[in-house]
Amino acid sequence: MADGVDEPEEAAELGEKEKLEIAKWFLTNAPAGEIHYVAKDIRSILGDDKIYETAAAEAFPLYNKALLIVLELPDRSGDVIITTYGELDENNYFDPRTAQVATVDHVKQVCTNLRPASDEELPSPYIEEFRCALDAELCKYVGEAYPKGTCAVYCTRGKDVEGPGTDFEFAVVISAARHSPQNFCNGSWRSIWKLEFKDELQVVEIHGKLQVGAHYFEEGNVQLDANNECKDSTIMQSPEDCAVSITSMIHHHESEYMASLEASYLDLPDTTFKDLRRKLPVTRTLFPWHNTLQFSLTRDITKELGIGK
Amino acid sequence: MEAAMDLMRRISPNQSEMALSALLSLLPHHSTDLLSQVDQPLQVCMDTELMKEFILCEYNRDADSYRSPWSNKYFPLLEDGPLPSEELRKLEIEANEVFTVYRDQYYEGGVSSVYIWENDDQGFVACFLIKKDGSKTAHGRRGHLQEGSWDAIHVIEVGPEEEGNARYCLTSTVMLSLTTEEKPSGTFNLSGSIRRQMSSDLSVAEGHLCNMGKMIEEMEGKLRNSLDQVYFGKTREMVCTLRPPPEGIQFRLPES
Repeated sequence: MADGVDEPEEAAELGEKEKLEIAKWFLTNAPAGEIHYVAKDIRSILGDDKIYETAAAEAFPLYNKALLIVLELPDRSGDVIITTYGELDENNYFDPRTAQVATVDHVKQVCTNLRPASDEELPSPYIEEFRCALDAELCKYVGEAYPKGTCAVYCTRGKDVEGPGTDFEFAVVISAARHSPQNFCNGSWRSIWKLEFKDELQVVEIHGKLQVGAHYFEEGNVQLDANNECKDSTIMQSPEDCAVSITSMIHHHESEYMASLEASYLDLPDTTFKDLRRKLPVTRTLFPWHNTLQFSLTRDITKELGIGK
Repeated sequence: MEAAMDLMRRISPNQSEMALSALLSLLPHHSTDLLSQVDQPLQVCMDTELMKEFILCEYNRDADSYRSPWSNKYFPLLEDGPLPSEELRKLEIEANEVFTVYRDQYYEGGVSSVYIWENDDQGFVACFLIKKDGSKTAHGRRGHLQEGSWDAIHVIEVGPEEEGNARYCLTSTVMLSLTTEEKPSGTFNLSGSIRRQMSSDLSVAEGHLCNMGKMIEEMEGKLRNSLDQVYFGKTREMVCTLRPPPEGIQFRLPES
């Protein structure tokens, strides 16, 4: 190896299992809106369609759920969000607003089939009243706050509760994505709000997880990855009043978070970035390259005089 | 190779080490190309003779040892590792001394190393490296960063002297990552990597070091500026497209 060129020793060819794992790693770590590009690259690098297809079949569902991708329903009656909260099985996702179940082709990222949800799949009328009221309020908010946002409210526990006296839980999912490959820019905003309706205490506990990612890659690769969690609570009231107060809390926390992101960006040039590299030297003038002798000279003198270390 | 390079500009810069090692194991026959085209975060080693840290790269490596620019010795010790010519070593010593001062003035901390070696065409190549850990537990003077790293790699090819002029070709890469973590606002991470080139013909009257230094200073300023204004600005614009800030609270846009 002394010649400086590392000829790869004919190391045992990577096993299929390792290749599969690597392919899955690349696919699941693709930035928002870029999995198809990553898939094309990894497919050509693998040179083995069988491994690629196995990897894609395993990785796309994970990616689609993590990124909360939004697919249009085949009859154009609405959209379904791909999330574990609506997942009946790997390929079937429940859309609570239209009470339908969409069959999804994960790799193509399209809905292939649609059927009405069965009675067992739907929440009780009591739960549906809360869910529906919240969904309506939320749609108004999301429509105003996100130019391309989609939201859904799922009942995650207690969907068969018939009336007051029992706890139940909802999950609110908001997903907004923007893909602009021609401008080398993609991004996604995802928030998940868990709502615990506690009957005995007559409160609703709210717990939110927000995640924002952005990627700009024209002659470079720069990514933002931000996330936050927050908690709040409100009193349990009628379905309509609950819907209004929960939505206004979500609105409040998301606006706060947006403002804190703005603040982080504003802090960059003068404070945060300065800890990596200053714009100008501490001397506030460009470095005196034409007169560097002084540095070596003073060094020699300090050395000779035995000062310094 | 093309697909591999496309992947590298898609996968988060924070995961570039993992991505590169994955690509190396998938494409063992392209390892030389991959290692030369994909920049990786710099590693530091201790020159145990002078107790000074130096930066590792392909240019000061021989087998598994790396030459320190301070003592000119290989660590782990290597008896017959190649050394630069006496003349270039003199320039290397001076460059390291001056670049240390430059680095202190701009970075207020960090580690730097300069390596110089002969080129085939009677000129030479110099590699200037800076690594800075700006987190609050390391060299972050202001204590804003939970995590913060800056790696700069500048490789300059200097052509042979002709009628008092020489041609300088500079390729620079900056890789960085910064994370702030505060109570109400959560975790905020920006990471990036960009590479740029520039070349110019300059009179050598003021000396090679002066010319190389000025080019590097200009380039670093440009890279820092475009990361700050353009690249970070674009991700911010994207966030504002996803969820526009309410009207009336218009934030200052970065001047470009």
